[in-house]
Amino acid sequence: MDSPKTIVSSSPHLHARSSTASIMWDVSIALTPATLWGVYVFGFRALAIVLVSIATAVLVEFLLQRLSKESTLADGSAFLTGLLVGMNMPADAAFMVPILASAFAIFVVKWTFGGLGSNWINPALAGRVFVFFSFTSLMNTYRMPRTLSSVDAVGSATMLTELKLATGDALVPGLSSTGMLAELGYPFTQFAGSVSSWFQQVLGIGLSPYTVDAFFGNMAGCIGEVSAFLLLLGAVYLFIKKIITWHTPISFIVTFSLLSWAFGGLRNGLGVFQGDFVLQVFSGGMMLGAFFMATDMVTSPTTGKGMVLFGAGIGFFTFLFRFFGSLPESVSLAIILMNIFVPTIERYILPKRFGEVVKTSKTKKEANA
Amino acid sequence: MERIPTFRKGGVHPNDKKVLSNGQAIEQLPMPSELLVPLSQHLGAPASPLKQKGDVVAAGEKIGEASSFISADIHSPVNGTIADIKKVTLANSVVTDAFVITVDPEHQVGTWKEQPYDDLSPKQLLDIVKDMGVVGTGGATFPTHVKLSVPKGKHVNALVVNGVECEPYLTADHRLMLEQADLVLRGVMIAAKITSPEKIIIGVENNKKDAIRKLREVIAANGYPIVVTPLKVKYPQGDEKQLLKATIKREIPSGKLPLDVGAVVVNVGTSFAIYEAVALRKPLIDRVVTISGEAMATKRNLRVPIGAKVADLIAFAGGLDHEPDKFISGGPMMGFSFFDDQIPVIKGTSGILALDKEPTAKAPQTPCISCGRCVAACPMGLQPTKLYRLIDNRMYAEAMAMNLMDCKECGCCSYSCPAHLPLVHGMKLGKRLGRK
Repeated sequence: MDSPKTIVSSSPHLHARSSTASIMWDVSIALTPATLWGVYVFGFRALAIVLVSIATAVLVEFLLQRLSKESTLADGSAFLTGLLVGMNMPADAAFMVPILASAFAIFVVKWTFGGLGSNWINPALAGRVFVFFSFTSLMNTYRMPRTLSSVDAVGSATMLTELKLATGDALVPGLSSTGMLAELGYPFTQFAGSVSSWFQQVLGIGLSPYTVDAFFGNMAGCIGEVSAFLLLLGAVYLFIKKIITWHTPISFIVTFSLLSWAFGGLRNGLGVFQGDFVLQVFSGGMMLGAFFMATDMVTSPTTGKGMVLFGAGIGFFTFLFRFFGSLPESVSLAIILMNIFVPTIERYILPKRFGEVVKTSKTKKEANA
Repeated sequence: MERIPTFRKGGVHPNDKKVLSNGQAIEQLPMPSELLVPLSQHLGAPASPLKQKGDVVAAGEKIGEASSFISADIHSPVNGTIADIKKVTLANSVVTDAFVITVDPEHQVGTWKEQPYDDLSPKQLLDIVKDMGVVGTGGATFPTHVKLSVPKGKHVNALVVNGVECEPYLTADHRLMLEQADLVLRGVMIAAKITSPEKIIIGVENNKKDAIRKLREVIAANGYPIVVTPLKVKYPQGDEKQLLKATIKREIPSGKLPLDVGAVVVNVGTSFAIYEAVALRKPLIDRVVTISGEAMATKRNLRVPIGAKVADLIAFAGGLDHEPDKFISGGPMMGFSFFDDQIPVIKGTSGILALDKEPTAKAPQTPCISCGRCVAACPMGLQPTKLYRLIDNRMYAEAMAMNLMDCKECGCCSYSCPAHLPLVHGMKLGKRLGRK
């Protein structure tokens, strides 16, 4: 034969030309706009936190791969974990916090369970939760974005924290979230104010200025979670690239919205179906969690039906924790909790087979006859 | 607007690359000086040899006889002499005896005249199909007379003709429908006479609009009771299970055959072979083969005698443009890669491809990240990732319990796997070891 170098291998001989690495880098690309926004509104320190998180994750992965003699750095998963850890940090966290979080994520959560593909909870989230409970006050100290305040107002609370505390004090019963935040004198941008009044006057829809600010990213919070708009933009990129499907995020958000709308008002002394779910959806870590954390392939189900159930579970727990738990923020806990259910979901929610012989009562009767 | 059906579950959309060769009219390959005709070219038992070394054979003469019900006769494609009988390894790794036939340089091929066949009974027609060694030309090479034998008590609702040709690169069936629509349809009508179905449907993927038009023209001109159904382009629609789901909306139950849902499926290439067998009494001794792939100097559709060596085909097409990464017999999704260009074309060879590194490139294999793409892509609703893990751990019985045998190795899972796991390879291995 004139071509001794031809390859003989099993079919198929074509490939969709995606790879684990291309997925990881695409997710990182999708997260970039929201991260840059965080750096813009929270300042240089935010950038430093993100870089430290990434560097730690990559360094720990590098050391571990030396130990286990595997080459896993190129798949980009350590970079992504580091980026997600950084995005989940307040800009003013001490540097040891992201360092510990990244190291815990890569070493304890990922590596000890067998590396990429074998971890049973999302490493970045586990890292965040680890430091969240270890350094509660450090992790709850936020600064106002520069769009809301000209001074470096370190020590601000997020909207969700304010709401939670206010509810605890039973400030003024019967107030909506917006009313409560206004009562507390929580700031909003001029831009949000004008959008809100435009909605009221032109469309006749009441839209809280706080919701507008939360949507565009003018709120206190973790570096990467504040701009719902840019996170959605990244999510659209992932949809186009077919890296995520609608199942998990939509089921998550819809379940959460329905429950918050129906029962979220109870906490404020309002009736049922009066909860302000729109503000809830766009504030806190909801967007980052729904589109980038819950959709983590390793720790979510593989079937469409399973993903819907998984998303609904996250929505349910997020609702429960946010409205009736003691912590203001709960998306990360809800996702981790559902991560634990994934093996069970995978065991019982199976895809419908082609040509599956379904045992109906009729065929059973026939079998018995 | 016409609603274009397809099958629902799973499937993938590889670049079909048909444009490389779908404009090339079918050409006759000049008779090589030597043919290599294997005794096992079909699914089932190999044929038993009827000739010995030194025997003179005539074109169309039976040289191998079906050795059981699921087997097929083998005929000599040429006038010549049996120079030898030797073992060959085919592209699909089947090792079989093959006749080496030295072609008579003066009287190479036979002449075939059309004979009337309208008065023949279905039984007689079926016997002719069997005698002429017709098997499915789509690739699975299931003996056609077995397929067309409708057991007593079974009723055929639909005869579905497979003109899908969903494998990328291949255009042999496309050209056949375009150039020989008349004869293909006559073959379909013969198959219909044998099986007496209630309706006849030809499913053609919508990337062959000219073939759909041509078939409809000929059907209208002859008043055949045949419906041409265009289908949305999606791999593996050419599989009979997906084809029946798309055309007659029936799902063949797991482990059953098309007849269990009242359907018989034949390929357009097979229909053409049925026509030649019945009308010309010409056995299946040649077929159309697509020569394509980026590394081929020219892309062709060749009419090739069975037993011609791959090297002869490539040489006729002008050789290789550059060194390919892989040679493939069949399509790139389910075809077999081979390294020896002395292997022969057999009844199931639909294409010979020389592919570049670019489409066959393999990224490094990583662990499964449970992305679920294989689950979404599997047209059989299996969970390739779980099956692969079981097989990898030698838990064959457990894999069988998860319906491993439903897998037909279409390649959708491996095609879409970002971790580049050899999923189909695993399934093949698991089936082989699991059966034991």
